[in-house]
Amino acid sequence: MRRFLFGLIGILVVAVIGFVALTWRSELPPMAPRAAASFDPALVAKGADLAAIGSCDVCHTKPGGRTYAGGYPLETPFGVLYSTNITPDPDTGIGAWSQAAFTRAMREGVDRRGRHLYPAFPYDHFTLTTDSDIAAIYAFMMTRQPVSARNEDARLNFPLNFRIFAAGWKLLFLHHDELKPEPSRDAAWNRGRYLVTGLGHCGACHTPRNSLGAEKRHRPFAGGDGRNWYSPALDASSPSPIPWSAEQVFNYLRHDFDPLHGQVAGPMAPVNHNLARVPEADVRAIAAYTASLNDTDAATQQRQTQTALAFARDREATLPIMRASTATTPRQPEPPDASAQSKEGAAIFAGACATCHHGGGEWPSTRPVPLGLSTTVHGPDARNLLHIVVDGIHPRPGESGKIMPGFAGALTDAQIVALAGYVRSRFSDKPAWTGMAEALQQIRRRPAVTEAP
Amino acid sequence: MTELIVNGERHTVDVDPATPLLYVLRNELKLNGAKFGCGLGQCGACTVMLDSDPVFACLIPIVAVDGRRVRTVEGLGTAEHPGPVQRAFMDEQAAQCGYCIPGMIMRAQALLERKAGASEDDIRQHMEPNLCRCGTHMRILAAVKRAAVTMRSAEKPSRQREAGR
Amino acid sequence: MNPHTQTKLSRRRLLQTGGALAVYFSLRDPLDALAQGAPPPKLPGSLDKFPLLDSWIKIDANGAITVFTGKAELGQGIKTAFIQLAAEELSVEPGDLTLVTADTGRTPNEGYTAGSHSMKDSGTAIQNAAAQVRGLLLDLAATRFNMPREQLKPQRGTVVAADGRVLRYAELVAGLDLHRPAVPGAPKADPKTYTVIGKPLPRVDIPAKVTGGLAYVQDMRPDGLVHARVVRPPNPAAKLKALDSQPVEQMPGVIKVVRDGSFLAVVAAGEFQAIQAMNALSSLAQWEGQANLPKQANISDVIRALPAQDTVILNQGSLGQASGRALKATYHRPYQMHGAIGPSCALAQFKDGTMTVWTHSQGVYPLRDSLAELLRMPKEQVHCIHTEGSGCYGHNGADDAAADAALIARAVPDRPVRVQWMREQEHGWEPYGPAMVTEVQAALDADGKIADWQYEVWSNTHSTRPGGAGNLLAALHLAQPFAQPAPTPIPQPEGGGDRNGIPLYAVPNARVTSHFIPAMPVRVSAMRGLGAYMNVFSIESFMDEMAALAGTDPVEFRLRHLEDTRARDVIALAAKEFGWKPNEPLPKGRGRGFAFARYKNLAGYAAIALDVEVERETGVVQIGRVVAAVDSGQVVNPDGIRNQIEGAIVQSASWTLYESVGYSEREITSRDWGSYPILRFPAMPSKIDVHIIDRPGQPFLGTGEAGQGPASAAIANAVASATGVRMRSLPLSPARVKAAIGI
Ligand code: FES
Ligand code: FES
Repeated sequence: MRRFLFGLIGILVVAVIGFVALTWRSELPPMAPRAAASFDPALVAKGADLAAIGSCDVCHTKPGGRTYAGGYPLETPFGVLYSTNITPDPDTGIGAWSQAAFTRAMREGVDRRGRHLYPAFPYDHFTLTTDSDIAAIYAFMMTRQPVSARNEDARLNFPLNFRIFAAGWKLLFLHHDELKPEPSRDAAWNRGRYLVTGLGHCGACHTPRNSLGAEKRHRPFAGGDGRNWYSPALDASSPSPIPWSAEQVFNYLRHDFDPLHGQVAGPMAPVNHNLARVPEADVRAIAAYTASLNDTDAATQQRQTQTALAFARDREATLPIMRASTATTPRQPEPPDASAQSKEGAAIFAGACATCHHGGGEWPSTRPVPLGLSTTVHGPDARNLLHIVVDGIHPRPGESGKIMPGFAGALTDAQIVALAGYVRSRFSDKPAWTGMAEALQQIRRRPAVTEAP
Repeated sequence: MTELIVNGERHTVDVDPATPLLYVLRNELKLNGAKFGCGLGQCGACTVMLDSDPVFACLIPIVAVDGRRVRTVEGLGTAEHPGPVQRAFMDEQAAQCGYCIPGMIMRAQALLERKAGASEDDIRQHMEPNLCRCGTHMRILAAVKRAAVTMRSAEKPSRQREAGR
Repeated sequence: MNPHTQTKLSRRRLLQTGGALAVYFSLRDPLDALAQGAPPPKLPGSLDKFPLLDSWIKIDANGAITVFTGKAELGQGIKTAFIQLAAEELSVEPGDLTLVTADTGRTPNEGYTAGSHSMKDSGTAIQNAAAQVRGLLLDLAATRFNMPREQLKPQRGTVVAADGRVLRYAELVAGLDLHRPAVPGAPKADPKTYTVIGKPLPRVDIPAKVTGGLAYVQDMRPDGLVHARVVRPPNPAAKLKALDSQPVEQMPGVIKVVRDGSFLAVVAAGEFQAIQAMNALSSLAQWEGQANLPKQANISDVIRALPAQDTVILNQGSLGQASGRALKATYHRPYQMHGAIGPSCALAQFKDGTMTVWTHSQGVYPLRDSLAELLRMPKEQVHCIHTEGSGCYGHNGADDAAADAALIARAVPDRPVRVQWMREQEHGWEPYGPAMVTEVQAALDADGKIADWQYEVWSNTHSTRPGGAGNLLAALHLAQPFAQPAPTPIPQPEGGGDRNGIPLYAVPNARVTSHFIPAMPVRVSAMRGLGAYMNVFSIESFMDEMAALAGTDPVEFRLRHLEDTRARDVIALAAKEFGWKPNEPLPKGRGRGFAFARYKNLAGYAAIALDVEVERETGVVQIGRVVAAVDSGQVVNPDGIRNQIEGAIVQSASWTLYESVGYSEREITSRDWGSYPILRFPAMPSKIDVHIIDRPGQPFLGTGEAGQGPASAAIANAVASATGVRMRSLPLSPARVKAAIGI
């Protein structure tokens, strides 16, 4: 027995030593400040585009704060993390980081001093990023204006507040794969795959995660969660009534809107804001790869589009507000669910939403997508719709874009639930959502997701 | 028939329940305060208070208002006896054309009732949904700050009285 | 019925009016002069066109005084200023006066309320008329008291004799005949004795506006009112091809669908019913015809390439003399919109052969004439009454909405009809401020002064105001349409596109050319400041560029070229109050800018200094502190001036940083506040201070438009100082600033 105990302790000690050996990272020496002018401008320019594709600013900027100065609260199931200052301020930012330190952070999730970074920083994707791209991003970051802003400590639940757990997580989930070019696909697709799976870290939101917060590698892009929004599946399980074509993905990413899919909202909006500014070819590449995740042949695409459009039109044509204009065509039956709640939802819709969302004619000027085509309305849960109803959609100051007002104060919980239920039954053929009241409470409890970093 | 409680009074109106509150306030109840500016929830000219929140009256159907308290600028005071926010707008001469002002007052009222100690930054963020085209913003901000001060000082003695009871 | 063209001031406070001593000479009958064949004497302001005193002031048997102006309250506070002028000169309390504003049935025809002319035209007329009426009252009192006038004193609606006897004006009016011409040179109160003029009298219109009183045409609710909405074509070229309006006619509350050619409207009992009917009508209407708008990105080239009428508006010295360094620059302005917060609205009633229209038009008389033509009615049977609308910054949809209301009211006789434009209609159909291009080149002499200056401006017209039915939107859509009259340039010295095109700076050799482009790719008209906004933006940006070339501080460089002492004074005051120091080092990302102009080169002076912070990663410009100095001549209401300048700065900041009307080749795409963003609260400057230089006894110069141009250039100069990059195309939107800064 005693031998056995000793043995166990021995194994544990060896395991701990092994673990420490595996996970221990040395501090890298601080770098003397380097003049911005010493970086190759072409490299900086390349880095600017890559940083935008990686959306570094989205997490590393707090609302109302300086870009890249960090402080954005990232709420995770394990507690709150604050993004760090990645401006080249030597004291509070990464000004003392050598390129080696920067590369190590990107690839291994370890800061210059050797501390393990939490996987909210998506190094599990950046492993795929090439050395030369990381060098460009480094050049870009090191030529930003330094901002002195202290990093805030994470507020994680015990015992996760010990960084050693991040190290353990990495042992389990950090893979150092390599992307081999896919010869059967063209260069744009391969480029798109590189950006989407690597720097773009799209899977961070669009791939489901396991109970330890790691992406489920066997279900890439099957739909996930980002800041308590449903991040739609990009693969064949996409809830979108119309399968996304590469052109449609491009419209959406580049111009925030596609007439058959709708308007960007929520945590995706700042990503699009970046994609509006990077080289068009890269966005087209991202679109080509993304569309290929849900490979639909042209004939199917065409057929589904027609079916979805007909469905969306029908559901709009029978709205009370549209009755006069369709008096000559036979009336469609009301959706089956005509409970009191649904009636209330219908009346609220007619007064609050129909001004913009009834489609047809010159109206409405704001021209939203017909709700019958909206992924939000067809999604597996109500969160996105609830978010939008509560907080609305707002372009950045000085930039044009679609506005939808939030109804946070205007509608009660019960009214919003009734409205969402009505919209679901009226504009989709999917089963009713469940758990709306709880989801709404959670959304209400939180401050609005700020679309602009 | 829908029952509305506006500025403490009950009204029964016989209009389509989907009718936005704005048109009922203006036409049925003959209240001028809430203005039509966009009908799209983008400008705040129609802002009124619903219970304790500022809302766009142009986009809230009267069915949704049933049994909830609506307050308009008329409910805050009159030209002779203005409420503290109205008074502050007069004192600061915070209007050019004035079309946006009732909405501004209602949005500000909601903030100050919730947070009498609102900072300049709070006020700017809170007032964001409401547009003014004349450029009266600086005076509007000044008026809201002034109202905050008067409302705070009016609140204090009454609080003290309560505490003393 | 009309809530507020009449204003009665509450007796809020007593104003001491004693001491308004004025020596009064008996009137020389101007008819004598006429009889002797002399040219009619020139009278001040609008008195010259309407010399009869009772056009301006009436006093009834009870002594109640009514003052008339042909100008309109647009939110600029002129009602209050006019009341101050009349009260001062008549020695009464402001609250004792009733003011009647623009009404074709009652007031003089003072044309448009525009161009910062109100104080100069109407204010001057009212002040002089009031002074003369007071003189007449004193004359009558002198007779009654049998005392020389010198021993009488007007005081709060009475005349007080040196021996203590008092006569109220009411007791004098029986003998008063105001149906007589004014005379030139009649004395006014001495500015030193002013007790009402120059004081910040609270605005008379504000109490109603902050408490939900009747304040706007939108608020009028006469008995029997019905609600109308128009349905506009999807684009300016579209014609109504087919419409089965029957389903709409059966909708609840619908009274009538009105159609005349492509002019389409619906009348309903309830307002929301009218809106729903409008939506339904709009989905049923079938249109044909496609607009062909130029590409938005090339608009400057398009404008420059269109046929132009060229006028050299300044030609002095001989160009090409300068040997020093030279610069050339081109500046661009997009189409921009007025975007009133309340979309246009009008009420009309066609009853007993008369069309009465309540409108927030800037010119009730020209509107009346145009409506008469549109309706083919005699002018006398069209009556336009100005009733306030939402803020008006030039020729917006007000006149067009009035035309809509009149056409619809004719179709439903007897009933008052209220037409309210929707937001989309206001954005999509108001006549915009024109896109413009300017080009300037200049060279320095050996002393670092500008020796050579060439300036060119390309612009569409800045006025398609209703001077004829064809300038009313609906007239273009009728079955028998009216053609839009060919636009004509507004001549110097005021100018249209070339307003402020001539620099106020002393430049020995200069040529300024105005290229007037008659063909309008997009319907445009007057917007606050007209060409001055763009010309001042260009000239004042360029002055900074030249100052840099000369290696001089921009403020010093301006002063170097200015002889006008009042111009120098506002510049010096703005610089001092701002704390402007030459070559002051600023933290990274911070910049400061200065600009100056005298509006139209003949009206109010304004100099503005401000600082900005530019976020390098986003291109977002945040304005910090703004200091303005203005000289509008004699100050009537200092708070009114301050309010106008603050508003002009904020509005100009919005134009300058954000605004550009969007359009595709087929249609206008700026249809709401999402597609046409304007400045909101979080982006406001941290502070705006306005300093006024009062010029007692000097003519009123007007204030409304003085701030627009300088504010834009001061911002552009500050952005250049913050980023090191000169931006010459408006707006300075975040994306553009970011693109200009680079990585
Ligand atoms: S009118 Fe309601 S927000 Fe504009
Ligand atoms: S005061 Fe005119 S819109 Fe605000």
